[in-house]
Amino acid sequence: MAHLDRLSGNEAVAVAMRQIDPDVMGAFPITPSTEIPQYFAQYVADGLVHTELVTVESEHSSMSVCMGAAAAGGRAISATSSAGLALMYELLYVAASSRLPIVLAVSTRALSGPININNDHSDAMGARDAGWIQIYAENNQEVYDNYVQAFPIAETPEVRLPVMICQDGFITSHAVENIELLEDEEVKGFVGEYNPEHYLLNSREPLAVGPYDVTHYYMEHKKQEAEAMKNAKAAILEQARRFEALTGRKYGFFEEYRMEDAEEAIVVIGSTAGTAKATVDMLRAEGRKVGLVKVRVFRPFPGEELARALKHCRAVAVMDKSEGFSACGGPLFAETRSALYDLESRPKLINIVYGLGGRDVSTKDIAAVYDRLHHLAQTGQVGEVYTHMGVREEV
Amino acid sequence: MKRAKDIHENSPWQDLTPGGEIYEPATSLLFNTGDWRTQTPVFLEDKCKQCLLCVPYCPDSAIPVKDGKRGEFDLMHCKGCGICITACPFDAIVWKEAE
Repeated sequence: MAHLDRLSGNEAVAVAMRQIDPDVMGAFPITPSTEIPQYFAQYVADGLVHTELVTVESEHSSMSVCMGAAAAGGRAISATSSAGLALMYELLYVAASSRLPIVLAVSTRALSGPININNDHSDAMGARDAGWIQIYAENNQEVYDNYVQAFPIAETPEVRLPVMICQDGFITSHAVENIELLEDEEVKGFVGEYNPEHYLLNSREPLAVGPYDVTHYYMEHKKQEAEAMKNAKAAILEQARRFEALTGRKYGFFEEYRMEDAEEAIVVIGSTAGTAKATVDMLRAEGRKVGLVKVRVFRPFPGEELARALKHCRAVAVMDKSEGFSACGGPLFAETRSALYDLESRPKLINIVYGLGGRDVSTKDIAAVYDRLHHLAQTGQVGEVYTHMGVREEV
Repeated sequence: MKRAKDIHENSPWQDLTPGGEIYEPATSLLFNTGDWRTQTPVFLEDKCKQCLLCVPYCPDSAIPVKDGKRGEFDLMHCKGCGICITACPFDAIVWKEAE
């Protein structure tokens, strides 16, 4: 049976890793994900797992270790943040296009510069087009739950794509919360044995992984990868269904919070959703019709489902914890606005870039967003679409 | 199991293997890389002493050996690098005149 414990988000991920007992970890430290390989190295030293812990000299190598291990037929894991994820950039694409179901824990952090070690989503968002499934967590419980579901999603034969399990660096990675853990046997039962159809260590079948792809084949392979990402939607929902049957905790592509009759809504990813829910409760108590959509799965992007969830709203603020420098809004805004385009009538949309480099977000900040949405809904005046929350400026 | 011989330039994306994986050895034999060549070596059999120095120098294994003797170039795989021409002590390999 499940039991309660109090763990940081990083430790929760490490515990999930221990329970899964993967074959290989490519390990290299970087703030704020360092604790994950640190805890896991202790499990290895204590003989609690059978994992081969490969300590390497860079994240380029830790991801390369994962790719070799996954191609060989093993379950491979790593953890990283910020510049570490950036150093994996080349391999992220190779891992995904080679269809290797690796699971990477990302404790998200600002990607320099100016150099900054605190939380935002610029690292993970920078990797959003690499062909990886991306699942984000609001709190420690969610990052643990998401991690347990990751391998069954990644290894689904129609999917065969790597997965990033993202949580907010420091905010959840280092904050200690009470969480409900599954028993080791329950996790092992849920994740199951990994028996890939093709793998390098199979002496009965010679196998080449990642061969040169000439022009006549490359687009067809990219089409396959794109189809695999579409297939991931069904796999994510299937594993969520199994997980709910096991734990009672319900997951989907996103969480709708008090959206039933909401006229004004915020779309947000990660820990800020907790702050925003408190704000929604506060404003609901005053009779305001406000709601929240917390995006859990960013890749594949649940565009149609999100459009359905938002179509009754009058005004929506999409909150981006990364600055995409598109000069017209952050990545979550671009995807959300695109998803709404096919609706007959759609809400007015604004984009708020917030919380960069660890800038704190309070309920007061979120209430100000709802006030702005309310004004927008009343007047129909959108004003400036793309703004930055709480930035000091001369007016 | 998808075999390399069944995959070709008109195969739909559904018929390709995931990520281009290959489930059998020596499939390069099926693939003409000789058409990347711009210059072609010519083997002059009468000058050849069958020392076989050219064989290990060839980066593409494009000089077949049978019964201890080299034969004609495998032009389906020769890239025309000319290393064999330099390696041959007997001028038994020359460039073909402009094609």
